[in-house]
Amino acid sequence: MLLQRFLIRLLTMLVTLFGVAVVVFVVIRIAPGDPIAMMLPPGATDADIARLRALYGLDKTIVEQFFIWLSGVVRGDFGTSISLRQDVLGLVFNRLPATLELAIVALVMAVALGGTTAILGARERGTAVEAGIDIASGAALSIPDFLWGLVLILLFGVLVPIFDISGRVSPQLDLPFVTQFYFFESLLRLRFDLTWDLLKHMLMPAVALALPLAAIISQLLKQSLKEVLDLDYVVLARVKGFSETQVILREALKNAALPTLTLVGVQFTFLIGGTVIVERLFSYEGLGNMAIDAVINRDLPLIQGIVLVFALLFVLINLTVDMMYALLNPRLRHG
Amino acid sequence: MSACLEINNLSAVLANGQRVLRSVSLAVQPGEVRALVGESGAGKTMIGKAVLGVLPSSVRVVEGDMKLEGEDLGRLQPKARRTLIGARTALIPQDPLTALNPSRRIGPQMTDRLVRILGWSGDKADRRIRQLLDEVQIRDPDRVLRSYPHELSGGMRQRVLIAAAFAAEPRLIVADEPTTALDVTVQKQILLLIAELQREHGTAILFVTHDLGVVAKISQKVSVLYAGKVVEEADTTALFTAPQHPYTRALMAATPRYTDPLASLKPVDETVLRGLAAEIATADQAWRRPHG
Amino acid sequence: MDDARIIRRRLSPRLWLAGGWLLLALLAAIFAPLIAPQDPLAQDLMLERLPPFWLDGAEPGYWLGTDSLGRDLFSRLIFGGRIAFIVAFAAAIAACLVGSTLGLIAGYFGGWADRIISRIVDIWMAFPPVLFAILLVAVLGTGLSSVILAIAIIDWTRFCRVIRAEAMGQSRMDYVENARIAGYGRIGIMLREVLPNVLPSIVALLSLEMGIAVIVEAILSFVNLSISTDDPTWGGIIAEGRLSIHQAWWVLVFPLITLILTVLSFSQFGEALKARFDPVLR
Repeated sequence: MLLQRFLIRLLTMLVTLFGVAVVVFVVIRIAPGDPIAMMLPPGATDADIARLRALYGLDKTIVEQFFIWLSGVVRGDFGTSISLRQDVLGLVFNRLPATLELAIVALVMAVALGGTTAILGARERGTAVEAGIDIASGAALSIPDFLWGLVLILLFGVLVPIFDISGRVSPQLDLPFVTQFYFFESLLRLRFDLTWDLLKHMLMPAVALALPLAAIISQLLKQSLKEVLDLDYVVLARVKGFSETQVILREALKNAALPTLTLVGVQFTFLIGGTVIVERLFSYEGLGNMAIDAVINRDLPLIQGIVLVFALLFVLINLTVDMMYALLNPRLRHG
Repeated sequence: MSACLEINNLSAVLANGQRVLRSVSLAVQPGEVRALVGESGAGKTMIGKAVLGVLPSSVRVVEGDMKLEGEDLGRLQPKARRTLIGARTALIPQDPLTALNPSRRIGPQMTDRLVRILGWSGDKADRRIRQLLDEVQIRDPDRVLRSYPHELSGGMRQRVLIAAAFAAEPRLIVADEPTTALDVTVQKQILLLIAELQREHGTAILFVTHDLGVVAKISQKVSVLYAGKVVEEADTTALFTAPQHPYTRALMAATPRYTDPLASLKPVDETVLRGLAAEIATADQAWRRPHG
Repeated sequence: MDDARIIRRRLSPRLWLAGGWLLLALLAAIFAPLIAPQDPLAQDLMLERLPPFWLDGAEPGYWLGTDSLGRDLFSRLIFGGRIAFIVAFAAAIAACLVGSTLGLIAGYFGGWADRIISRIVDIWMAFPPVLFAILLVAVLGTGLSSVILAIAIIDWTRFCRVIRAEAMGQSRMDYVENARIAGYGRIGIMLREVLPNVLPSIVALLSLEMGIAVIVEAILSFVNLSISTDDPTWGGIIAEGRLSIHQAWWVLVFPLITLILTVLSFSQFGEALKARFDPVLR
């Protein structure tokens, strides 16, 4: 049953990805303005333009172009960036780790913050503590990551300048890394001096991304914890002599976390979507920042590649969450 | 020898000030089964929850004390009270479908009190649980212990919960309508099982039920409740042979007999209810005066 | 019913606070030419980076200070509000009409209509929304109508998902069944029986979406892709403030406060309205 569920999800995932490919391809081709003309120096002849158009396949019909591009994509060939004159896949893989690191650190922060406040709020239900948590999470949820980023820049970049407000790492540092996952690699290499420098750059964008997600986790988890805490098996656990914290952690949390989990999956894709503007805000050299440059430069192959990679990431996250839900739910696991 | 459980003058109110328990007093002697009988909403479950310290947050105890084997529960620190209740009491819940955690296997749910509260070794707890499963006539303990709750029938789950309740040799068990949620055919088996284990272990039980038939089968003493007030208290045999309070008589008349299910069945009489309402009103007035 | 009344009474202040701020900001935007003390476009290098009125060196008439080109911040903010509100209303209403209609159809009719619409929503959800917006504006060309169109194209799914789920729940209710037995047509039932019951959610989402549209417009003008003219926008002021953050913090602080208050107000206003008009709570 699990396998069947997985295969159906995999199929819908492919359909979704194909749809994304079609939409982004069509959207880009209706764009006015000729990217080829922008690439060439003034005074280029019509023959030059035609040659370059042929090189990028722009002289064929749009359907032909689509399938040429798609067959390339399937083979792992996303084409060549027009503005950077490099292989698109290489460029994307060069930047993707920075974005993934940022998103994962933000996710960990959101789960930690949201989970703690939810447990605290559920334990102190009906008190001023819970009311305070409700107000804080309401505000954190209503204000989007873009504005949180600006607030953090003002607070910890200017007012109390303890963090760096732009870039991913201090430029004067000598980086020994072989992968692009600087943060994780610095941890593995025990180069905590570099970890600290990376963290100082990463912390504010990560917090900006994490706050709305933390608020959602906090609200949903607290709500379902409170519902679970009225159930008979929780009452029974209290009678057994377990403290309220033990009761929440041992009996209530797992069952309450299941409904939260599905929503966190969707919300995590929103968080990754948010990296686009937050990276721009903090001049963080990730995929999102490159995407905005690509749009401004009308770099069609690069835009297509980046959007597809984002879409792939999103559907993979949804697939993972769906499978995790099935695995954690004993009723689904055992038929 | 002190009583196993002694409740004196216990009153509890809702957030809006309405009384749900009206100066309840009762005692359960060691090894005795005390039935609490009344219609739904009479507060009988509330008494059990008050003893175990799991009242809903909307209900507040405003007066009275509860002594568990001579220890005044109200005077203990929360942690000490929790541990005492965990060590000396147990609960057989009403609905076996919701009383087991759906995401945990049966085994750890049965042993966690023994291991984590009473400090037993895992092996000792496991042996004890298997012994109890045998007593409740579960013949394939390996499978049951490895199961998740949804893999067992309602009757099986109630057996598991009964076994878990007796496992730590508590002095007092609160049985909160333990047969109500079960099929009629299973009800009788479960009832007999509780009675049998009670005799063998000598455990005192506070047996909450709305069913006088169950009362007659299992208890030695009865408290009849109406609107959170004990209206009659007696030995079970005495109550059935010579009920004193008109409400008790009416309740008996409203209970079907196996032999002749419809013959004597009639609802509680209007005049009885009016008499009860007056009784409660007088009691409340007397109570309000010193309590503002 | 007592509980509902308590909730409503408790929610009232937030309805008035949120509504009050929105009304104030809207009026300031409408009457911007009358209120603004300065021309929002007038540059004066003698007056560059003037601080707000309570600091030393402030000039009378430039209450919130000036930016690096000597333009009056307060005047730019209230003129920027015009574009923000036009985008908010137009984009949110467009997204609402498209999304709610498709959501109603998918939720009420189910079957193939639902399958196709849900698949399109899935595809849309696989796009990073901000990148999608930037891409669309780049494709459609900068300008007010492009911004509105881009936001509507992206955010209709928000309405569609919620309304679909609610309409689906409603269409299983007995009263819908009764109406069908009574012989009413399917579209008639959808509009007369289902729509009124999902309306509170639509209203709340509409208000929420207006706040989101304001943010998206600010993001677009922050990356310099919103409207192509020199008209001041909140996002444009923020971009300017981000650059001169160490020399003139106020250029970032005031539009940021304005944006936060506006977004918070839109979302709270929607929630409060929903609580007020929800037939179950009322």
